[in-house]
Amino acid sequence: MKKVSLFIPCYVDQFYPNIAVATYELLQKLGCEVDYPLNQTCCGQPLANSGFNGMTSACNKNFTENFKDADYVVCPSGSCALHIKEHLHDDANPAAAERIRNRVYELTEFLTDILKVKQLNVSFPHKVGMHISCHGQRGLHLSSMTELVSPEFSKPEQLLNMVKGLELSYPKRKDECCGFGGTFCVFEEAVSVKMGKDRLTEHEENNIEYITGGDVSCLMHLEGILRRQKSPVKIIHIAEILNS
Amino acid sequence: MSSREDILKAISQNKPALVESPAMPVYPDSDQTSVLEQFIQTAELIGSKVIQLKDWQEIILEFENAKANGKFVVNTISEIGTPDVSIDEMSSSVDLEKIDLSFVRGQLGVAENSAIWVDDSNLPNRLLPFICQHLVLVVEAKTLVATMHQAYEKINTFKTGWGAFIAGPSKTADIEQSLVIGAHGARSLVIYILS
Amino acid sequence: MEKFLKPVEHAVAAEKFISDEARTNWHDETLWFVRAKRDKIVHKLPEWESLRELGSQIKNHALSNLDTYLLAFEKNAQANGVKVHWAADAKEHNEIILEIARKNNVKKIVKSKSMLTEECHLNPFLISKGIEVVDTDLGERIVQFRNEPPSHIVLPAIHLKKQDVSDTFHEHLHTEKGNNDPQYLTEAARQHLRNKFIEADLSITGVNFAVAETGGFVVCTNEGNADMGAHAAKIHIACMGFEKIIPKAEHLSVFLRLLTRSATGQPITTYSSHFHRPRKGQEMHIVIVDNGRSKQLGREDFRNSLKCIRCAACFNTCPVYRRSGGHSYHNATAGPIGSILNPNINMRENADLPFASTLCGSCTNVCPVKINIHEQLWKWRQVLTEEGYASSGKTAGMKGMAFVLSYPKVFRFAGKAGRWIIRMFPGLVNNTLNPWYKQREMPVAPKHSFRDWYIKNKKA
Repeated sequence: MKKVSLFIPCYVDQFYPNIAVATYELLQKLGCEVDYPLNQTCCGQPLANSGFNGMTSACNKNFTENFKDADYVVCPSGSCALHIKEHLHDDANPAAAERIRNRVYELTEFLTDILKVKQLNVSFPHKVGMHISCHGQRGLHLSSMTELVSPEFSKPEQLLNMVKGLELSYPKRKDECCGFGGTFCVFEEAVSVKMGKDRLTEHEENNIEYITGGDVSCLMHLEGILRRQKSPVKIIHIAEILNS
Repeated sequence: MSSREDILKAISQNKPALVESPAMPVYPDSDQTSVLEQFIQTAELIGSKVIQLKDWQEIILEFENAKANGKFVVNTISEIGTPDVSIDEMSSSVDLEKIDLSFVRGQLGVAENSAIWVDDSNLPNRLLPFICQHLVLVVEAKTLVATMHQAYEKINTFKTGWGAFIAGPSKTADIEQSLVIGAHGARSLVIYILS
Repeated sequence: MEKFLKPVEHAVAAEKFISDEARTNWHDETLWFVRAKRDKIVHKLPEWESLRELGSQIKNHALSNLDTYLLAFEKNAQANGVKVHWAADAKEHNEIILEIARKNNVKKIVKSKSMLTEECHLNPFLISKGIEVVDTDLGERIVQFRNEPPSHIVLPAIHLKKQDVSDTFHEHLHTEKGNNDPQYLTEAARQHLRNKFIEADLSITGVNFAVAETGGFVVCTNEGNADMGAHAAKIHIACMGFEKIIPKAEHLSVFLRLLTRSATGQPITTYSSHFHRPRKGQEMHIVIVDNGRSKQLGREDFRNSLKCIRCAACFNTCPVYRRSGGHSYHNATAGPIGSILNPNINMRENADLPFASTLCGSCTNVCPVKINIHEQLWKWRQVLTEEGYASSGKTAGMKGMAFVLSYPKVFRFAGKAGRWIIRMFPGLVNNTLNPWYKQREMPVAPKHSFRDWYIKNKKA
């Protein structure tokens, strides 16, 4: 039995507990022993991406303290997982930080690469548009990238293909950024929203009911625009589909 | 001279530790038939006209015809006829600007991009292939290679004072990305391939 | 003329650009089309990724031995009869050119595309000295008529519609009013510029690649304007940043394969011109420029930006560039690569640029010489903040956030307070001062955090 320590990003804990619950239940269903370290806060990415990586040491220390004994650190958000993988350091306990960096997984890669999930007994009979997150894709290599000359693959798609009744589509520009970009979404508000609107336009051309993805931050941004536009299209995290 | 020393000094202080130069891989040449096919396909795709010939006769005829039609035609290839002596490296651009058509020999063609190598040894004046309204390049089929790697292996591009790979007619897409043929250089390129 | 007096921050300029949404869509789609052409052609080359790696390694090697290669280049070029000049900065570069012009009584100059001369603001300098400088690349000529800087290093007039060009040409070249046919407008420019080529006393070109072992250099154009200028005028000056050096002629095969496929999706430019010796009666000069490059070479995290071959693939793929336009980057070189090059030259004026990115990483993936552009953007953010270029408000906010995130109890308290505020007083948070809320709804606040749920349900 794989022992998993859940890393739930701060804003998921606060605003999207259902996604965390779905992740938790899904991992349990798939036979993992799941634990949620209670004193976790945030990975520190909002600080680091804003240029304040120098301020993240106490935050990093707290993260390391929470996850230092974990076999697998699993996170339902590619961007936060990538940040830990690339930037978690703890001067007081460098070995523990390194251990975590080597053991952190985004949810879908954990399912495909570690649990090697081959089938899921779930059904989701809906038309779903796939939003590829940049950090998950280009950072964690969860799927092939349109810029590179390399064989095609997609870990999230591999999982969604196991869901009965689900009809998956991609927007025309398959892996263009949605414009969230961390604090970019407020400091470059105009570009951020325009990028998000353009993604949604392409998704809507596919007559989808849902947009899914592995990164809650992208989904939060797209949801914010959809709701302002009073669009009937709904946002759903991949964990919620796989746990349906 | 002091800036020279300052710059070189700053570079030597700031450069990273020596990184080895990578070995150039050997790129195998394809067979001549597919090289020829690819060359023609690429050339036509980028707006050149390709004509395959067995001997010089047809080119000579084209040249004579153009001349008979009153065009200002410049020949630089001895197989076509005595090269034009009115053009040399001191010719003024004002005179060269009046040229309608020029015939120039290319030393080698590259299939992947249909570029043809021309240098000082093929030209009485460097401006000629650019300033003429229309350009004819003649290459022999046996000189065609698959990629730029073989091209640089086969020819010394710095043997003469100047040379260029020419691929297609002059073009621009600077206005709304609309492709327009005939920007500043030759408005058309005809490539004769001699087998 | 092309000097930006006081840079407007990227976000502000971008918002203005986007206010014309139809035009923004057009700009975005046009550049995406170029990216798509790039994809199409590179996916036809099975060896593409190994070619990128090779290009990257050659450049890494060249940078690590740059002084030696520059000396070899100089020696070989001089042996070929080329005069070599060295300029520490933009000012010296401009003065060297002025001196050559004055010595030869030059009144008229034609110049093909050279981002270096844009970086050095050569045109306004020469014009102020009474010398005519005509940009001969069509796109550059268009923006020159309009008194604007180029907005893209490969497609200088990409921010303009054909009607804009038509109006500009009507004013300056007396073309038919309202005729916006690109063929017609290009023909008018051809006629106008042919006269300029013939009249010019001196021609300036850029340099795409300078070859140490031969002392020669390569200039690539589609229009033929570099060659028209260089072969017609009695003096040719080629200006190059010192990072243009590559060791050997055979390396050109790698870069010529990479360059245009990345830039425009063509297999090669129409003309790839190899200059080696001046023609009879001609003077040929090369100006080798530093202008901050040696400093960048010394910045370990940023030095490999000097590998750039100026293909602009990172511009075309950048979702931010496509939706904010080149002018919003307030520098001669815009886009992602500009955002990592320009802070080196002037940190204060360019402190906004590394933040004009979502760090999506597409730029790094399309870069033909594998510059880790998005990682350098991240690193520049750290440097700029350390050097004190973040606003005091932002710094205070981040300090507050760092405090909250460091203490689990404080975090949980702030979280509860935050959710409570959002649930109870949407009007308080959802106001126009909150940039999130301007065009987006706030997330719906749940009653409980996941942690609350977990504690309650874990053992159940």
